[in-house]
Amino acid sequence: MSILVFVETDEQKVRKSSVEAVSYAAAMNAGEVTAITFGEIEASELTALGKGGAGKVLHVGDARLNDGNIQAYASGIAGAMNANGYDTLVLAKSSLGDAVAARVAIKTNASLASNVASLPDTSNGFVVKRSIYTGKAFADVELKGDKRILAIKKNAVEIKEDGADAAVEAFAADIPDSDFGVKKLSEEKATGDVLLPEADVVVSGGRGLKGPEHWGMIEDLAKSLGAATGCSKPVSDIGWRPHHEHVGQTGVKVSPTLYVAIGISGAIQHLAGVNSSKYIVVVNKDAEAPFFKAADYGIVGDAFEVIPKLTEALKGAN
Amino acid sequence: MNILVCITHVPDTTSKINFIDNNTTFDKNGVQFIIGPYDDYALARAVELKEQGGGKITVLNVGEADTEPTIRKALAIGADEAIRVNAFPSDSLFVANQIASVAKEGNYDLILMGRESIDFNGGQVHGMVGEMLNMPSLSPVMHLDIEGNTAKVAREIEGGKEMLEVALPFVAGCQEPIAEWKIPNMRGIMSARSKPLNVIEPVSDEKATAVKEYALPPAKGAVKMIDADNVSELVDLLKNEAKVI
Repeated sequence: MSILVFVETDEQKVRKSSVEAVSYAAAMNAGEVTAITFGEIEASELTALGKGGAGKVLHVGDARLNDGNIQAYASGIAGAMNANGYDTLVLAKSSLGDAVAARVAIKTNASLASNVASLPDTSNGFVVKRSIYTGKAFADVELKGDKRILAIKKNAVEIKEDGADAAVEAFAADIPDSDFGVKKLSEEKATGDVLLPEADVVVSGGRGLKGPEHWGMIEDLAKSLGAATGCSKPVSDIGWRPHHEHVGQTGVKVSPTLYVAIGISGAIQHLAGVNSSKYIVVVNKDAEAPFFKAADYGIVGDAFEVIPKLTEALKGAN
Repeated sequence: MNILVCITHVPDTTSKINFIDNNTTFDKNGVQFIIGPYDDYALARAVELKEQGGGKITVLNVGEADTEPTIRKALAIGADEAIRVNAFPSDSLFVANQIASVAKEGNYDLILMGRESIDFNGGQVHGMVGEMLNMPSLSPVMHLDIEGNTAKVAREIEGGKEMLEVALPFVAGCQEPIAEWKIPNMRGIMSARSKPLNVIEPVSDEKATAVKEYALPPAKGAVKMIDADNVSELVDLLKNEAKVI
């Protein structure tokens, strides 16, 4: 097997989920791992991909590729797979990863599994476990054919950090002008340090917080935990918080180690976005809130009293 | 404007998921099926675009005969005609091949669908269809406005969104807040009965994947309740029992 990993970058830095993808590829223990990345990026970021287990990094350093261009990235990756004979592509499941993976699958005639949550079982064919029904079930899926693409679920892989520096090679990808038909006009991004979909700890608030002016309390608690902040669908629907913070069935699906829900009753649509969390803490003043059934730890109490005390206690604990 | 909207027929978001036949088949018993919530957003936006600029909406589903009530609902919401590809949608490549084939014949200005189905959560079909048709594919699309032959699109990126400009035709995988879900009114429901629903057979049987077995996640243990006056106990449990902080 010969593995290529598509590495996403943001502001010239490698994304955490892409380091997970490199670590996954190394853990497959199936031969050398090569990473491919696009656009301008810090040189030290490229060699550091070796820590996760990449022996080599192909860098397509074209400034036109700084903007996450779906079609151009797909052409570059398919070109590398064809030129160097990689039969397996690994990448992080993300809004860019999914879009790129699907196009590469058609270009290279590879089978594709997304939301992959386990290493492959190759004892009888090539089988991976993937998360389905929005986290409510799993499927063991066989990937047919001799080429395959795996989009890895976030926070499903332990990051490897003991590898040596990777060798970096410039790669001249043959990308047709027709791949640049989509023009980027502008971008809006959250300013927080921790990105919600990748976060290891998430603190979310619901309607129980009574208004956007009370979000400082959620942010303070998040800060004490090094967490990203999220919210329930009603909260983003009424405009207290932006849509990209909405956690749930039709919003962001998170899979952190710890999910803390404040003033969220736990409708099944919200649970669908958080059911991959390792531990769930629920604070709600209604003892009958359905979220308690899905929680590991629960506190029945008024958020306005409990949360400041919890933030203080956490500060003391660190 | 000639719009193709592809819809999935999926279990209601509140459904309890179970499997039968040695965990090889989804248990439909007692499950209510709906238009995929993301597809429903795509359809709602198509109806709005038609209201603004005129045109025709064709709704497409790859599914067996039991999906027809779901297709009729899409017609009641505002699609003009429907096509059902008579096959179980077991694989993304298979579904994408069917959609691309219909799209090639229909000369659509816009091909819309949800960002992913809520049963298999693949999020692959729009990209595959775009590649097969040699068109841009954009997903997850949060806003879509059309002016003449050009679209302005907001696409979700990790932790935010990007604003894009793209010429028609293209493929979009949609999500909220692109439009509000539409509830069919009585006139829509009545007219849906007589709108054309053409059933065609699949063009290719090629599949890239096969499910060997389904499984449910392990059951969650009982919740540990902590007194609201004793939050330090929670901190202690997170630190020493769960070992997450």
